[in-house]
Amino acid sequence: MLFKKTRLGELPASEITDYSVYLNRRQFLNGAAIAATASLLPVSLASADSAPEPTYKGLIKSAYSTDDNLTTFESVTTYNNFYEFGTDKGSPSLMATEFPDKSKPWRVTIDGECDKPGEYDYDDLIRPFTLEERIYRLRCVEGWSMVIPWVGFPLADLIKRAQPNSRAKFVEFTTLFDPEQMPGQHRNVLDWPYTEGLRMDEAMNPLTLLSVGLYGQELLGQNGAPIRLVVPWKYGFKSIKSIVRIRFVESLPQSAWMKAGPNEYGFYSNVNPDVDHPRWSQGRERRIGEFLKRKTELFNGYGEEVAHMYTGMDLRKYI
Amino acid sequence: MSNIKKLLFIICLIPAIWLTIAVFTDQLGANPIEAVTRETGLWALRFLWLTLLITPLSWLTGWNRLVRYRRLFGLYVFFYAVLHMLLYLGLDQFFDINEIIEDIIKRPFIAIGFFSFTALIPLVITSNNAMVKRMGGRRWKLLHRLTYFIAIASSIHFYMLVKLDKQEPLIYMGLLIILLVPRVYRYAKSTALKH
Repeated sequence: MLFKKTRLGELPASEITDYSVYLNRRQFLNGAAIAATASLLPVSLASADSAPEPTYKGLIKSAYSTDDNLTTFESVTTYNNFYEFGTDKGSPSLMATEFPDKSKPWRVTIDGECDKPGEYDYDDLIRPFTLEERIYRLRCVEGWSMVIPWVGFPLADLIKRAQPNSRAKFVEFTTLFDPEQMPGQHRNVLDWPYTEGLRMDEAMNPLTLLSVGLYGQELLGQNGAPIRLVVPWKYGFKSIKSIVRIRFVESLPQSAWMKAGPNEYGFYSNVNPDVDHPRWSQGRERRIGEFLKRKTELFNGYGEEVAHMYTGMDLRKYI
Repeated sequence: MSNIKKLLFIICLIPAIWLTIAVFTDQLGANPIEAVTRETGLWALRFLWLTLLITPLSWLTGWNRLVRYRRLFGLYVFFYAVLHMLLYLGLDQFFDINEIIEDIIKRPFIAIGFFSFTALIPLVITSNNAMVKRMGGRRWKLLHRLTYFIAIASSIHFYMLVKLDKQEPLIYMGLLIILLVPRVYRYAKSTALKH
């Protein structure tokens, strides 16, 4: 495995908070040591990447992080699939510079089959959670991949607060619909608003992240500001951006991509080198910044954490 | 070679020169291999459409001299198609012959692209004056009608490879229809006259 194993799953729920406090302290000490070392480095080394200064300080470094080389900040913020800002990969970074409009509050609705529904302003929504840095591989269904240092918190933390009831079998996510702010929505390339879904156990998996930043700073518009999902073992389009609604539902939700191409984009869309897209191979991928292609791994290399959720399922059938 | 031809020869090279410079100065974004593969394919398509424009344009304007430049454009279709093909074979498949054969068998859009490239080869071989003479005008014309097959096939190739937003390939298909309509019209008129 390319990433370190965590013992988080083996702890009783009551001890999880203590563990994060422990990590927090450790992180503070590590951070101080790194800062002291970095100040001794020549400038050229310290700023090897074009990433701006981090604004989130003292983030926990997650044990789930991969140690693969990071994709540059430049690539992560200029090569994007975000059809709300045009279907060309270069256009989101050009079209989303003012997104989201700072004068409009970002409201997130949590509703459906849960005991604690609510509508929150972005700041209130994320306040209760401890942010951490998680370096994940991201594999696009188109055959390219990146390694991105996300800032966020486990979706499971938010779900626990919402207290889903016994009828909640799936979670449905919805992106903002506002053609004024998202000019790509003037064209019906997808059935807007963009929606995605996860099965409850997938949503509760410790790898599933709600992200509010990358490279130590707030998400830019093109990366799904202010809050987005990151599901690293599934193709990138499952990681829905600019979320305004999280709804607990009883039956399997239809995603925007399932409606656009039911034979090409399934509900699960787990990264799988043995199940090709009908029009292209999924066997290999081009890691952005690398010349040679590399082999794609089942569940994008996160099998140890997620494979158990799919035992007994025919992965060729449940695409 | 006339001066106009020399000038056109250089102009047609500009996209290739620009792409080369862009590759080496890192101006093609995060995924330059994908970008340069797509661009060379698009330029092959553009030159093919330009080649197909010559005949109806000369009918429309009565400016028959235009036909002199058709071969130059046609050869540039092949030039950009070769680059496109080499990029696919080399940087997408790394010349792995088994992978390439599997790709052609499994994926219709690759197969269509491959066959339209192959169909260009006899046209290039018979493109010089000596070959036209050897074949005779009628047979040469018949062979070079393959161009229509190549144009239709490559626009389908483009349409099929685009993930979701079909606007750009549909524009090329629309332009192709505009380029083919006057030919069909003339053909229909000429057969009607014979009866």
